Amino acid sequence: MSAQTPEVRSTEQLREKWMKPEVITGSEILLRSLLLEGVECVFGYPGGAVLYIYDAMYGFEDFKHVLTRHEQGAIHAADGYARASGKVGVCIATSGPGATNLVTGIATAYMDSVPLVVITGNVATTLIGTDAFQEADITGITMPITKHSYLVRDVKDLPRVIHEAFHIASTGRKGPVLIDIPKDVSATLTLFEPSSNAVNLRGYNPRMVPNKLQLDKLVQAIEESERPMILAGGGVIYSGGHEALYEFVKKTEIPITTTLLGLGAFPSGHELWTGMPGMHGTYTSNMAIQKADLLINIGARFDDRVTGNLNGFAPHAKIVHIDIDPAEIGKNVPTDIPIVGDVKTVLEMLNPEVKRADRADEWRAWIKQSNAEVPFSYQDSETVLKPQWVIEMLNETTKGEAIVTTDVGQHQMWAAQYYKFNQPRSWITSGGLGTMGFGLPSAIGAQMAHPERLVISINGDGGMQMCSQELAICAINNIPVKIVIINNQVLGMVRQWQELIYDNRYSHINLEGSPDFVKLAEAYGVKGLRATNKEEARKAWAEALETPGPVVVEFVVSKGENVYPMVTQGSTIDQMLLGDA
Amino acid sequence: MSTRHTIAVLVNDQPGVLQRVSGLFGRRGFNIESITVGQSEEPGLSRMVIVTIGDEQTLEQIEKQLYKLIDVIKVINLSISPMVGRELALIKVNAEPAERPEIMGVVETFRASVVDIGSRNLMVQVVGDTTKIDAMIELLKPYGIRELSRTGVTAMIRGNV
Repeated sequence: MSAQTPEVRSTEQLREKWMKPEVITGSEILLRSLLLEGVECVFGYPGGAVLYIYDAMYGFEDFKHVLTRHEQGAIHAADGYARASGKVGVCIATSGPGATNLVTGIATAYMDSVPLVVITGNVATTLIGTDAFQEADITGITMPITKHSYLVRDVKDLPRVIHEAFHIASTGRKGPVLIDIPKDVSATLTLFEPSSNAVNLRGYNPRMVPNKLQLDKLVQAIEESERPMILAGGGVIYSGGHEALYEFVKKTEIPITTTLLGLGAFPSGHELWTGMPGMHGTYTSNMAIQKADLLINIGARFDDRVTGNLNGFAPHAKIVHIDIDPAEIGKNVPTDIPIVGDVKTVLEMLNPEVKRADRADEWRAWIKQSNAEVPFSYQDSETVLKPQWVIEMLNETTKGEAIVTTDVGQHQMWAAQYYKFNQPRSWITSGGLGTMGFGLPSAIGAQMAHPERLVISINGDGGMQMCSQELAICAINNIPVKIVIINNQVLGMVRQWQELIYDNRYSHINLEGSPDFVKLAEAYGVKGLRATNKEEARKAWAEALETPGPVVVEFVVSKGENVYPMVTQGSTIDQMLLGDA
Repeated sequence: MSTRHTIAVLVNDQPGVLQRVSGLFGRRGFNIESITVGQSEEPGLSRMVIVTIGDEQTLEQIEKQLYKLIDVIKVINLSISPMVGRELALIKVNAEPAERPEIMGVVETFRASVVDIGSRNLMVQVVGDTTKIDAMIELLKPYGIRELSRTGVTAMIRGNV
C-alpha cells in the first residue's frame, strides 16, 4: 500500500448506492453517512463496543481506515489530517478505555479549533449507567472539551446526528464533536433515509458577516493611526483568509506579526512581517505591540503566551478584534472596535474600503530597521550540533515548502522561529493545549491528506517517546514522513525554566538512557539515521530526503541550549530575556 | 462591581443540557446562586433561570459562553428590565402548642401559609422574592428551624415584552 489517499470514488453512481433507502444496521448507516459527508480516510482502533461497526467495515473500501497503535495516535492523526487539509478529521474508538484514550486528543483539537468528528462505541443502552465492562460516560467526560456531543440512543437519529456533527465541527469556530454510539444501536436494523442537507439547529447560527458600521470605524482608525500593527492568528488559516490578508497588508502597508498558530497565514519573506509575538517571539513583534497606537487582531485570541502580563499589554493601542467567536472578544483584552464575523468575509469586505496607512511611514521604517537589527540569534558551534542550526538546515534544504508538524517544547519553539513558512496549513503544532506526543501521529495524518508533499515531523526526545508506537503505521503503510528527533537527552523546556526560574534545581528531567532511536526505528522497519555534527547532519538529512519511505533522523544536539527571547511569566512582553547570542 | 443578575436561558430539552450549563459555570469560575429548570411555553424547550453574582465583564462572558452551547436557544438578562422574581420556601419550624399563635401571626403578616401541622412543629410555605423569604427565615429562626428547602428564583419580565 502507498500513502496515497484512495482515489476519489464519489461518483454519482456510488453516491446513489449510498443514498438508496434500505433497511440496514446502525453501523452501515454510520459508514454511509460518513461517505455522504465526503470522508476519505478515518483513523481508528477496534474493540468490543464497536465490533458491529468494524464488522460493517470488513472488506469495505469506499474509504480508507488506518489502524493506529493507540487511540491517542488515531485522534492526533485525524487532527493532523484536518489541519493539513481543512477537511473534518474522523476517528473511531471503542468504549471505556478506548474513548478515554481520546480525551487528550479531543482537548488538543478543542483548544486549537480543529474540526473533528470523534466516534466512540459505548455499552448497550440497557447497560448504560450500570458500570458495565468498559463503560465510561464519555459524553460527560468530554463536555468541557467538545464543541458539542451526542449520545445516540435511537438508531433513527443517526443520519441526522452525523450530518449535524459535521456541520457543527466545520462551521463557525471549528472544533471537535463527539458521537457516542451504544453497541445495540450500531446493530439495530432500520430503514436508512439519508439526512437532508438542511440542518435545523435553532441554537446555532454562527455570524459570518460583520456589522458594516464597525468596519467603517476600523477604516477610519487606520487612516488616523501612526503606529498600526496587525496580530494575525489561526483564524486566518481556518477561514481560508490568507489571500485576503495579504491583500489587506498590501493595501494598508501595516506591519504584521503572526501567532504560533498563525504561522503560514502570511509569507515570512515579506518586509513588513515581524515574525511571531509572545513568550518566545521576536523582539520586533513584542516591541511593536507595546508601541503600537492601533492593534488589529485578526483571528487570534489574545492567549496568555502571546500577551504576557495583561496589565501593560499594548498600553497605547486602540484594540480592534476580528473573530468569529463573540466570546473571545473582550475575554482577555478590553476591545475598542469589536468585529464579529468570519475572518475571510471581514477582510474581503474591508479590502475595497481601506487605504494605505499614510501616517505610518516612520513606523514602517522602524519596523524594518528593528527586523534587521534584532533577528533571532544563537551562538553556533563547530564542535556540537545546535538545535537552531538543525532547523535552519531543514528550512534551507526544503526552501520552507514542507509541511512541518511538531511535538511540544524547545524544539517546537525553535521550529517556529527558524522554519520560514510561506503557505497556510504547512505548520501543524499543538499550540493551545501543548500536547506532547502530537508530533508523529499528526504528521501521519498530514501525509495522508497530502501524499504528494514533503512532511517533516520535528520532535524532542521526550515527546517522541509518547507516541513512538505509531512508527509502525509509517512502516506498514509506507507513509514517507521524515521524522526528526532533536535529541538533547533532557526535557529541555522544563530544564530551561528550572535553570532560569527555579535556581538551577534540575528536578526529574534527565532522559539519558532513552532508547537508541536508530534501533527503535529499525525495530519497526523504518530507516534510522543519526548525526552528531554538521557534516553528518547534512549527509543524514540528504539521505533522508532521497529515501522514498519513512525515515527517522536523530540529531544529537547540545544539552544546555535555551530558547530566546523569553518573556518570563508575569512580565509584560517588552521585558524579554534576549539570551547570550 | 459585582452585582446580582437573574438570567433566563431557553434550552433544548435534551438529556445532559443541565450538565452542559452547570458545567460551563463551574469550569469558567462563574458563580451560581440558584438555578431552576422547568418546561417552557414551547414543547421541547425548557427554561432555566439562573441567579449569578458578577461584574459587567463576567456577565458578558456568561451570556456569550452560554450562546456557544448548541442546545442554548436564547439568553436573556432579566434583571436589566422590570422583573418579577419569585421563589418558594418550605420551612419546618419548631412549634410547641403554646407558640403556635405567635408563629401564625408571623405567617399571616407575610401572606405565607401553614401547609402541615405536626404535634411539635409546623410546615410553612412562603412565596416571594428572595428578600422576603430571607426575612421570613430570620423571623422564624428564634423558634428553631428544623428543615429548610428553597426552590431558587424563577423570574419573568413585566409587561408586553
